Amino acid sequence: MAEVGDSSMSEAALLLVDDIHVYYGNIHALKGVSLEIKRGEIVTLIGANGAGKSTTLNSISGLVRPRSGAIHYDGRDITNVPAHKTVTLGLSQSPEGRKIFPRMSVRENLEMGAFSRSGQNLKDDFERTYDLFPVLRERRNQPGGTLSGGEQQMLAMGRALMAQPKLLMLDEPSMGLAPMLVEKIFEIIQEINDQGMTILLVEQNANVALEISHRGYVMETGTIVLTADSQALLSNPQVQEAYLGAA
Amino acid sequence: MDYLIQQLLNGLMLGSLYALIAVGYTMVYGIIELINFAFGELFMFGAFISIAMMVDSMAIFGQQVNFPGLHFLLAVPIAMAVVAGMGVAIDRIAYRPLRNAPRLAALISAIGMSILLQNVAQAMFGSSQVFFPDIGMFTSDNGLPKYITVSNAQITYLQIFVVAVTVAAMLILNFFVQRTRIGRAMRAAAQDKSTSALMGVNVNRVIAITFIIGSAMGALAGGMYGAIYHFAKPDMGFIPGLKAFIAAVLGGIGNIPGAFLGGITLGVIESLGSAYISSEYRDAFAFVILILLLIFKPSGLLGSHISEKA
Repeated sequence: MAEVGDSSMSEAALLLVDDIHVYYGNIHALKGVSLEIKRGEIVTLIGANGAGKSTTLNSISGLVRPRSGAIHYDGRDITNVPAHKTVTLGLSQSPEGRKIFPRMSVRENLEMGAFSRSGQNLKDDFERTYDLFPVLRERRNQPGGTLSGGEQQMLAMGRALMAQPKLLMLDEPSMGLAPMLVEKIFEIIQEINDQGMTILLVEQNANVALEISHRGYVMETGTIVLTADSQALLSNPQVQEAYLGAA
Repeated sequence: MDYLIQQLLNGLMLGSLYALIAVGYTMVYGIIELINFAFGELFMFGAFISIAMMVDSMAIFGQQVNFPGLHFLLAVPIAMAVVAGMGVAIDRIAYRPLRNAPRLAALISAIGMSILLQNVAQAMFGSSQVFFPDIGMFTSDNGLPKYITVSNAQITYLQIFVVAVTVAAMLILNFFVQRTRIGRAMRAAAQDKSTSALMGVNVNRVIAITFIIGSAMGALAGGMYGAIYHFAKPDMGFIPGLKAFIAAVLGGIGNIPGAFLGGITLGVIESLGSAYISSEYRDAFAFVILILLLIFKPSGLLGSHISEKA
């Protein structure tokens, strides 16, 4: 892996994960995961249930601490930075299962997304979020728990964007959504990326995710087994068979 | 009729004290799903420290120690601050190491903390009652409490004071939790700690603030209890602590307005029950309510209607 002090590298790579190992008790969940995300990219992490995709995201955001290895973000070592601090550095994660606050209004959920930006005027951010997800404007005073699955996913993404991140991490944004909604969500992800956001996407819905992303990593039981441009992965016979449902 | 009004007022005053302690139970439970049984003891320390601040000297660990002899209105805030510090220390020592342990472990730790604090108080202040000085403000020159008469019922200034302070404390707390940034962080952490952390909430700090508020409210109740009953004693927190816990469950545990409503309801039922049924069973009413509640409405009066899991 490249030296982090190397300026040409740190300029290109926004995030560099270098050989991280994560344990849950005695379970060796990540067995040396390395990956790299350049500014402006959408990178997809695909793999089966339990392969370690969410654990990888949680390690980056600081919810779990790797036992060894290093994570560098924007030229600094964030391996041991806790979650409530990584968000202030510009890393924002929309967690698996959406995890919106059910007893808070839509508006308050969005306000929580901007919690790390205390004292800043959020008026423009609300407008931008409501423009991106018009249904949230309609539902702004409703408790988050009363929203439908698709609306909750939009709220989770809107909330993550309220932090004004440099790197947006989306964990299974299509989970449990109807095909039409999945398409809509991915359109929005692409739109956010077009506006310049770097995105790390974790998906089981590999087809759609690879369609919109630049590069992809394939995970199996705690390690990265394959990495290539998304187009190459889409046409790779092994990937097709294992993740794209090709016969 | 006047007797009824009189009893209602007594219930309101008693219920206010339960409500203040119940706030601690309900807030801490809301955020870490722990019944901190030590709140009864923090209530007791609130009473003792208020006494210490009000007298000129007092025996601590058998030694006479000089104290400032402050007014009640200064003594109680100091007691609240000291007890708030104790609450944070208790969390740090007894609960934080068990944050990811099974809830039963933390509950046992809470019971242990409660017993420990009672014994510390006994060592410090002795096992018999300590006199709580008259707070002066509400006593007339002839030594009797000042009161106003409404129809034929006598309402003492002290009763009005206790209820007014409680209502004010509840309104401030409600504003804090609903309208401020830290309050919002508390509500978020109560719903989902990991996700709150992802938003930038320092969850351990939020938990510490919860203990500060709960402990200070308990100490406030302790100071006012002392002003009403004129004593403090190491085991005085046990029964009020249990009743406040019942009040919190009655209101819907985790719900702050519920703690207030539960406390007042419990105080009134207890007063009316001991006035019209039998004062022998004073303490039993609370437990009867708890049993009925657990059978018929376990979520409490204001239990949440929106499912926890979205």
